[in-house]
Amino acid sequence: MNTPIRVLVLALAIGGLAACKKEVVKPMDSTDAPPRDDTAQVTPADDSGAYTTGSLDMVPCLVSRVVYFDLDQSSVKSEAMEMVRCHGKYLSQFPGARVALEGHADERGSREYNLGLGERRANAVRDLLLANGGRSEQINVVSYGEERPICTESDDSCWSQNRRAEIRYTAKQ
Amino acid sequence: MPRILAAAFSLLILLACALPVNAQGLEIPITRGTEAAIPIAIVPFAWEAAAMQDETTIDQVVRADLNRTGQFRSPPREQITELPARGAEIRYPFWKANKQDYVLIGRVQSTDTGFRVEFELHSVIQNRVMLSEAIAVLPGDFRRASHEIADRVYEKILNVRGAFSTRIAYVTATRLGGPGKYEYSIRVADWDGFNPIRVVSHSEPFLSPTWSPDGKSLAYVSFERESGPAIFMHDLATTSRRLVTSFKGINGAPVFSADGRTLALTLSRSGNPEIYRLDLASNNLTQLTRHFSIDTEAAWGPGGNSILFTSDRAGKPQIYSMPAGGGTPERVTSVGEYNSRVNVSYDGKLLAMVHGNRNVYRIAVLDRQRGGAGTVRMISPGPMDESPSFAPNASMILYAAREGNRGVLYAAPADGSVRYRLAIPDGDIREPSWGPFKAR
Repeated sequence: MNTPIRVLVLALAIGGLAACKKEVVKPMDSTDAPPRDDTAQVTPADDSGAYTTGSLDMVPCLVSRVVYFDLDQSSVKSEAMEMVRCHGKYLSQFPGARVALEGHADERGSREYNLGLGERRANAVRDLLLANGGRSEQINVVSYGEERPICTESDDSCWSQNRRAEIRYTAKQ
Repeated sequence: MPRILAAAFSLLILLACALPVNAQGLEIPITRGTEAAIPIAIVPFAWEAAAMQDETTIDQVVRADLNRTGQFRSPPREQITELPARGAEIRYPFWKANKQDYVLIGRVQSTDTGFRVEFELHSVIQNRVMLSEAIAVLPGDFRRASHEIADRVYEKILNVRGAFSTRIAYVTATRLGGPGKYEYSIRVADWDGFNPIRVVSHSEPFLSPTWSPDGKSLAYVSFERESGPAIFMHDLATTSRRLVTSFKGINGAPVFSADGRTLALTLSRSGNPEIYRLDLASNNLTQLTRHFSIDTEAAWGPGGNSILFTSDRAGKPQIYSMPAGGGTPERVTSVGEYNSRVNVSYDGKLLAMVHGNRNVYRIAVLDRQRGGAGTVRMISPGPMDESPSFAPNASMILYAAREGNRGVLYAAPADGSVRYRLAIPDGDIREPSWGPFKAR
């Protein structure tokens, strides 16, 4: 499985978890959805440009919930900007919506320092959400450092998947 | 008579080998540095008790303890051909000819409640007995007795208290059925990994167990609360525990001051990780660092006058030191692009830390005994070594390593001359912390 698809499946899985009480993600989404880089072209779901709560499971840039980071970096890369903006816009539209921002690091180096790195990454995503309409009371940052890896091999491709911040909706509206 | 004894002991070795082994230790001798080690012959103790011999063979435990420090070089049991059990049976010229400086002998006898182990340490150089003592042992308690004997021998010869009767704490992660499902536990064991006891378990991770100076409690970080990491203090005897801090953000890296009254710890409640000290009686919190970088992994300097910590204020993580009441931090490490998680020997002369170079993370020891910036020595091979923790006498450093997909623990002396993988049953093990001496 190549990386973009794996990323999508992960994002969908997380989206699916958040949505699990209401709807089931259609299986076709996981195979037919466009790769992550195409998310910038997607427009909001209805003619007025506004999201509905269903958009979280339908609009690709809202279905994407994982931001990846470069080694030792905590700045959000340009390809993830649009996705984070979408979530900021969603939060501004639904003041009751709440997200947990979970920051993660790869396994290299000491665990407590990596807790700091994970938090720095989650904070970078939080700042972007705030700049795009989210409000601080909607966002709770938790760093897990290297304690919750997506992938447990000791190599570059695995580490790049683990350096991430995940947006988890704890309330949709 | 010696030949008969030897035959009897061979039989016992065979019997011992036939017993089930659930924990695999591994000795990794490294030739470098061991020439300076002290040669000591440890003679199998004579079993003079009525009961069947205990499966623990005292001489094997004592030999392993001493050899793992790199400070002693005790020949393997198979090479011990002469088997004196009493001082009068020791032929000093024989041991001198076999290039041994010391000989340890002993015997096990029955008592009303269990056993009595008598042991004698002889100096071959001085042709005299240095130590002649006896300890009472309850059935099934021979490992503890053996570690005590090793402690006495270590102290008699080196004039430094032995640390073989101390305990260690560590975190295990056990995979359960279902993807991403684990059971995390904090465990306490003998220094060599034997006799592990589970302290606490949860489905969310634990980090950074650390010992109170009296050895009665552990402080640790737990992710069990929905709100994020929190620091707990856990009484080992009563199993009662207390929530110490659960501020918004990181609550991490707790470490007790030498008097046990203060915890140095990391909180990010101000927006980024900073070092604080918490008075445990009053819950009075004092912020010690103020910088937008990551400041974490505090360690108390000698005498409790300073606090060392990891900071990436210069870009990459390095070790800094500041007065224990706060103040301007000074950079301690000058070698390498990544230095973190410092641990300080009891006398402050040695600093152990994680030293990263590209993708290889090893345990480095910074020796400041000769002043200046000090000299740096790598004591582990990497590539994913972390969490160094000194024995209370600084004879060894415990650290975590990855082998395949699991974490294991190693102990190595500060000169890196040998390495011992602790005999802990399969599982993913990390975050070791060496406990203090028992009060005496």
